[in-house]
Amino acid sequence: MTVNGQPASADAEPRTLLVHFLRDTLRLTGTHWGCDTSNCGACCVLLDGEPVKSCTVLAAMAGGHEVTTIEGLERDGALDPVQEGFMAEHGLQCGFCTPGMILTGRALLDRNPDPSEDEIREAISGQICRCTGYVNIVKAIRWAAEHERSATAAQGA
Amino acid sequence: MATTEETATPIGYGRMRRKEDPRFIRGQGTYVDDVNLPGMLHGAVLRSPYAHARILSIDTTAAKQHPKVHAVVTGADLEGLKLAWMPTLSADVQAVLAVDKVRFQGQEVAFVVAEDRYAARDAVELIQVEYDPLPVVVDVRKSLDADAPIIRDEPGSERTNNHIFDWEAGDREATERVFADAEVVVSQDMIYPRCHPAPMETCGSVADFDKATGKLTLWTTSQAPHAHRTLYALVAGLPEQKIRVISPDIGGGFGNKVPIYPGYVCSIVGSILTGRPVKWMEDRSENLMSTGFARDYVMRGEIAATRDGKIRGLRVDVLADHGAFNSTAQPTRYPAGFFHIFTGSYDLEAAHCKVTGVYTNKAPGGVAYRCSFRVTEAVYLVERMVDLLAAELDMDPAELRLKNFIRPEQFPYENKTGWTYDSGNYEQAMRLAMEMAGYDDLRREQAERRSRGELMGIGVSFFTETVGAGPRKDMDIAGLGMNDGAELRIHPTGKAVLRISVQTQGQGHETTFAQIVAEELGIPPEDVEVVHGDTDQTPFGLGTYGSRSTPVSGAATAVTARKVRDKARLIAAAMLEASPADLEWEKGRWYVKGDKEHGKTIQEIAFGAYTSRDLPDDVESNLEAMSTYNPTNLTYPYGAYICVVDVDPGTGYVKVRRFIAVDDCGTRINPTIIEGQIHGGLAEGIGIALMELISFDENGNCLNGSFMDYLIPTSMEVPDLELGYTVTPSPHHPIGAKGVGESPTVGSPPAIVNAILDALKPLNVKHIDMPCSPARVWEAMQGRAAPPA
Repeated sequence: MTVNGQPASADAEPRTLLVHFLRDTLRLTGTHWGCDTSNCGACCVLLDGEPVKSCTVLAAMAGGHEVTTIEGLERDGALDPVQEGFMAEHGLQCGFCTPGMILTGRALLDRNPDPSEDEIREAISGQICRCTGYVNIVKAIRWAAEHERSATAAQGA
Repeated sequence: MATTEETATPIGYGRMRRKEDPRFIRGQGTYVDDVNLPGMLHGAVLRSPYAHARILSIDTTAAKQHPKVHAVVTGADLEGLKLAWMPTLSADVQAVLAVDKVRFQGQEVAFVVAEDRYAARDAVELIQVEYDPLPVVVDVRKSLDADAPIIRDEPGSERTNNHIFDWEAGDREATERVFADAEVVVSQDMIYPRCHPAPMETCGSVADFDKATGKLTLWTTSQAPHAHRTLYALVAGLPEQKIRVISPDIGGGFGNKVPIYPGYVCSIVGSILTGRPVKWMEDRSENLMSTGFARDYVMRGEIAATRDGKIRGLRVDVLADHGAFNSTAQPTRYPAGFFHIFTGSYDLEAAHCKVTGVYTNKAPGGVAYRCSFRVTEAVYLVERMVDLLAAELDMDPAELRLKNFIRPEQFPYENKTGWTYDSGNYEQAMRLAMEMAGYDDLRREQAERRSRGELMGIGVSFFTETVGAGPRKDMDIAGLGMNDGAELRIHPTGKAVLRISVQTQGQGHETTFAQIVAEELGIPPEDVEVVHGDTDQTPFGLGTYGSRSTPVSGAATAVTARKVRDKARLIAAAMLEASPADLEWEKGRWYVKGDKEHGKTIQEIAFGAYTSRDLPDDVESNLEAMSTYNPTNLTYPYGAYICVVDVDPGTGYVKVRRFIAVDDCGTRINPTIIEGQIHGGLAEGIGIALMELISFDENGNCLNGSFMDYLIPTSMEVPDLELGYTVTPSPHHPIGAKGVGESPTVGSPPAIVNAILDALKPLNVKHIDMPCSPARVWEAMQGRAAPPA
């Protein structure tokens, strides 16, 4: 598979979950493990650009696909606007759900650059945060949307 | 002072981005499960499928033959090491691995150490245990029956029943007199159901015992690393200087990570036996089924008042379910924690509470889930009782509260159960919340909707907490005084390192505590590195829970910074060739009185401390200090909450439409962080009120052992939250701060339940026990009692 733009290949038991392959084999520990039932979303990664819960994807199923983890968002030393937004709007506290929330926010903005609050709430509704009450996560993704749009506008001008 | 926005200040108190965020938003935090040591092995626990059963035999042969298994440990093995039982934080003992029998479903029976986490799980399945099932008691109301099975009849125990303690506070006779001649008495049975903190990161540890040096390093999900280290030293007989407990980044705690769990001990034993580091991380089911639950109080409350709405007395009788082992985390003197703050925010004539603690065949606990030792149960009780009284008197619940508040001039206020409230202006907070909510307009809207058959409810609660435990003369946990330390070193270039005894699980200590130093010394928070969560690097203290970080260690930080400031004065005097008495302080510098230009900044003074040849002989050439803070009293944050709900008449589904929270936590350090704390606590309060429940069938099977069944609010259930604040500093705290982390979880459940009952008033529903799930609400709407929790 390709992980964060780099080819990644290793032997794994057929039952190995993608979350454990990323964490234990590739040592990409930014992807977290919070439940086993696909409810919490701490393990969210992007599979070909779409958010998936990596605790319910077998590592083997990701073979031949592109996986993006939180470690892959920062490009050439520049943070993704969603990462910036989470800092600017205090969108995190303990940080455990944060990578998954950021990746879901990224995927949302990729298909909808100007989401409403309701659309953001729906996008992150499959993930649990125990610290923030979601208020500032919603604001963080809005922050990113606004900054991306103004950056795009500036480039277009 | 009651405003809704404050201006940022460049240093010290004010809004600033969190210093811990850059690593988290990159996925570069280090949680326990991210620790990866050379040669590390993985542990897994075999757990009991029964709630109560005698263990007849354990056969580990097949597990030991698994090619990837390095060790299998049973209770019998631990008995040889005198580690089969460990003390709890409440003067009880708890089985590390069961020896004689299992006492709750999910109890630890054996521990496997293997090469990877999958192999460890495989080998757990190979262990054969023969059980002889015993009768089970899960209902606390049946636990003291003569025919109830005795849960704690282990060898050496002389127990003949499941009783743990009786505890009382207040004046029973005075309360009886008030009730005897009261014009109005309202009583209500209510349950604060068992729920679970369920932090996103489960509990776990990595133990690394180095045989060559005799040093044990334990990375662990602990809210109290120093207390844990001391207890490990006392229990395991390891020398304390050879134990290093590290709480790295913690993925939320909420009280769940205060106790010591058997899995931690097993990972230590595993490392000692194999000579290699051993990691143990529980999965979500293990977390929900076996670690510290919260609440589980069955209460009967009674409130006495005059016909015109003057509250006179309050009493409550509680049955407290502590599960199979009393491993609740409470100050020793208070087996029911601070429940006796249950008189709330009201000036009463008399009050009395009695709490009886009992064992059941359920997971042990209970911990204070985002709560200062049972304050949550207390606030729920009084705020429900006041609303029931308002309904009985046909008074507006906000008016009834306003009529009975402790008045500002009564502070410091001694309540009827032994607390001295430090400061408050309750009416101001209540009126601000009503103004923000548009209370009168809401009541008009409600009347209009009711006329159309819609079920809209407006719920009010007003809470007073008691946090920041605590004064050494009054409280300890497992004998350890509840004081906390701070150590501050200013380096030659004026940059600082602050080492604190408390530990962040998301609260933002690295930012807030740097801001306290910034305010006291004028060193920008960016220049203050905060070290925490490592017993080898920080001063002793009891850790972060019960909203005690800012009240205790925050106070220690301010006191320490002031010591540094005093020392800086001596150094500045030498540098300025002036007498220390002739210097004056402004934030960040000492200057000569009357000559403001003639001064030295704290950075110049720091450099001088290490480089000046002119220091007096009695001034050591450094700029550092430390202190341990012993609070003179607890602090009493408070708040006024108003919740607006809509109940679906067809399904009983409760939609929280608005939530208005006015909090007074005294002096505010970083408003952004405070607001974040309140947001999160309100979401947890919504969860507790509407969906979070750990329940059991009659055989003791836990029915909520995963996130499929233990429901936590998502972004769809938590509305945008409306926050306001007032500021009434604590008079005894060095910076006037009171602590805020738990206020919202304490104050919000009664506001929500009161709103639901307010919505159902036309249907004459008096009470519904939490969680107010659609099924329960609908049952109540049909005039049927909800099933007991």
